[in-house]
Amino acid sequence: MRQAYRIIPIYTSDVSGVCSALYELGGMVVIHDPSGCNSTYNTHDEIRWYNQDSLIFISGLTEIDAVMGGNDEKFLSDIKEAAGELHPKFIALVSSPIPFMNGTDFPALAKVLETETGIPAFAVPTNGMHDYVYGAGKALEEIARRFVPEQMEDRNGSERTVNLLGATPLDFGPISKVEELKKNLEQYEWKVISTWAMEDSLEDLAQAGKAEMNLVISSVGLRAAKMLKEKYGTPYVIGTPYKEYAERISEALEKRIQIPAIEDRRRENLQGTGNSEKIITLIGEPVTIGSLAAIIERRYHYKTRILCPLENAEGLLGEHDLKICGEEEMENA
Amino acid sequence: MLIPEAHQIYVCADNCMRGVVLTAAEMHAEDRFSFVIVEEQNLLNGDLEDLTIEGTADLIRKLKKMPKAILLFTVCIHHFIGCDLERIYRELEEQFPEITFLRCYMDPIMQKHGPTPDQKLRKAMYESLDSEPDKMDTKQISILGSDFALDQSSDLKELLPKAGYTVRELQSCRTWEEYKELGNAGTFLCCYPSGKYGIELLAKRLDRTFLYLPLSFDYEEIKKEEEILWNTLKPEDNQELLPWIEKKISLCEAALEHTRQVIGNTPIAIDYTFHPRPLGLAKLLLTHGFNVETVYLDSISPEEKEAFAWLKEKKPELELRSTVHAKMRLLHEEHATDKILAIGQKAAWFTGSRYFVNLVQGAGLQGGFDGIRRTAELMEEAFSEEKDPKTLIVKKGWGGCTSCI
Repeated sequence: MRQAYRIIPIYTSDVSGVCSALYELGGMVVIHDPSGCNSTYNTHDEIRWYNQDSLIFISGLTEIDAVMGGNDEKFLSDIKEAAGELHPKFIALVSSPIPFMNGTDFPALAKVLETETGIPAFAVPTNGMHDYVYGAGKALEEIARRFVPEQMEDRNGSERTVNLLGATPLDFGPISKVEELKKNLEQYEWKVISTWAMEDSLEDLAQAGKAEMNLVISSVGLRAAKMLKEKYGTPYVIGTPYKEYAERISEALEKRIQIPAIEDRRRENLQGTGNSEKIITLIGEPVTIGSLAAIIERRYHYKTRILCPLENAEGLLGEHDLKICGEEEMENA
Repeated sequence: MLIPEAHQIYVCADNCMRGVVLTAAEMHAEDRFSFVIVEEQNLLNGDLEDLTIEGTADLIRKLKKMPKAILLFTVCIHHFIGCDLERIYRELEEQFPEITFLRCYMDPIMQKHGPTPDQKLRKAMYESLDSEPDKMDTKQISILGSDFALDQSSDLKELLPKAGYTVRELQSCRTWEEYKELGNAGTFLCCYPSGKYGIELLAKRLDRTFLYLPLSFDYEEIKKEEEILWNTLKPEDNQELLPWIEKKISLCEAALEHTRQVIGNTPIAIDYTFHPRPLGLAKLLLTHGFNVETVYLDSISPEEKEAFAWLKEKKPELELRSTVHAKMRLLHEEHATDKILAIGQKAAWFTGSRYFVNLVQGAGLQGGFDGIRRTAELMEEAFSEEKDPKTLIVKKGWGGCTSCI
């Protein structure tokens, strides 16, 4: 049965994705949830608690609140009180399965909060039933929509400048790994304006419009890239600048090749040289794993195939790759 | 995971599942754990019952070895959507008559009304216990309701054999048959507050004697509890309990005095995850010359009413701090400025102390006076040995679930 699992753990959900993406931006994230399930984010999905504080809360939704329609007043009042004391730069409301079922109107609640507190507030349409790429992607898209100004005075003339979109510990682990990616690009004389969203502030992200190019380093950054393209017309390239792949990514940024990994793998697979009878299967997030697959094919001449269990992989996979839905499909593949 | 030869199946959405599946992996118990993912369409189409039945049945059929029991966990959404749980269990029991299905719940939305999910789980764990009337052993006592076995040095493990009783605990069961033998006891004894609800119902169902002897840090309360136990057990040779109790109290006093001399006036912070009686522990330590400054807790148990009243009157300077208040997200120290002894993981987190007693739920200390003596020893050990909270606190399922998170 597609939804039954015995072997493979699941990816973290949209809720953790939102928290992870917004962790370093100085906002307040409120998950409307009873608290038990979303302790997952605390225990298994966040590695920065000891080095950096963040205002991430759970509403403590109870059965009576849920039955009575969410008890929105209590929810709002708790948030206003906490925001009044902690002065976040923004408030993000995150939904979980029960508010999804009772139809809590989060955009309306965000509007009320923004009006009454004067703090920018928005809702991220999660429900705990999508994967982290969706949640983190929606959160960064919202940051691009709300906090990157429509007009940038000095945005012209910033040649070889780039934003890295889609950096969270869920894909890259500690910040040192993201710093490596930045250094790899800098070697080819690219200047990184902002990294979405590790080790840069909300103010840094607001400068994103100044960049000549955007680089989507994981599929988490794709929605923000599209939003920035809509706002500024900034083109984007999709790929992860690992050390062995940075030169090719640099070239792709120069020539505006949108997904170099797919192009490279198509070429390498067709060549069929060296060890190409052996196929290496990679499982994971399509952008990072796609870049790894391209490195394997280019350097070692093995054929690769990607199995992607994540939702929004359309357009990011090569012709031999498979989007997988569930453990059973994975076994069959 | 305590029930031998049992397999757990969770049916919930991604966000809840992630934590459970990774905790099982941390415990190296992946082979005893499976799950069914609930998707949006199941809520919108109203087929959650079918998904639960078919998913569970599919997983069971694919198991290498048929388990004796399945702990089937349903969650908040099952209850909120009005899922027909009876149909789910009935159909599964019909399909797999050789398997016992235990009704388990992971529904934190219910944690403030009626029995909590924790209480319900501790009830479910013993629902398959049964016993033929002729197998009932009046000289067997099953101590149930806690996640931890009592320390070998605990009062109960000393007193019960003295009175001619055999002690059984879930933690020492290695097979399903051994687990079932827990039901043969003439007396069910519970020390852990969250276990009381389920074990009392079990005793009622099987028509057995039930004893609730909650763990305590109060000499008088422990004395009363042990007298009740002694009178209920009626030891054959009329041994006297009082001299034994007096000896135990003097051991506690000696241990506490030794610890006080080692720790001196060092500030102490206690949290509720260490033990269900944090205020009782604060009172005991304050009355023995320790410098308890803070207790971290979010509610006061009815069992602590007297300790709370005493502290309020005699030690009004003692700080009671909530752990879940929004401001506490920032009110914690990365490194303690001065040396602080933290008793419990949350106290270690909030104070930034590297000197902490790393124990949850009272662990095996639930056995009367010996629990006090052992606590004093643990405080001394924690005071002398630096620990890294960063590596210990974050690991939820490692070392048999010793994290409070």
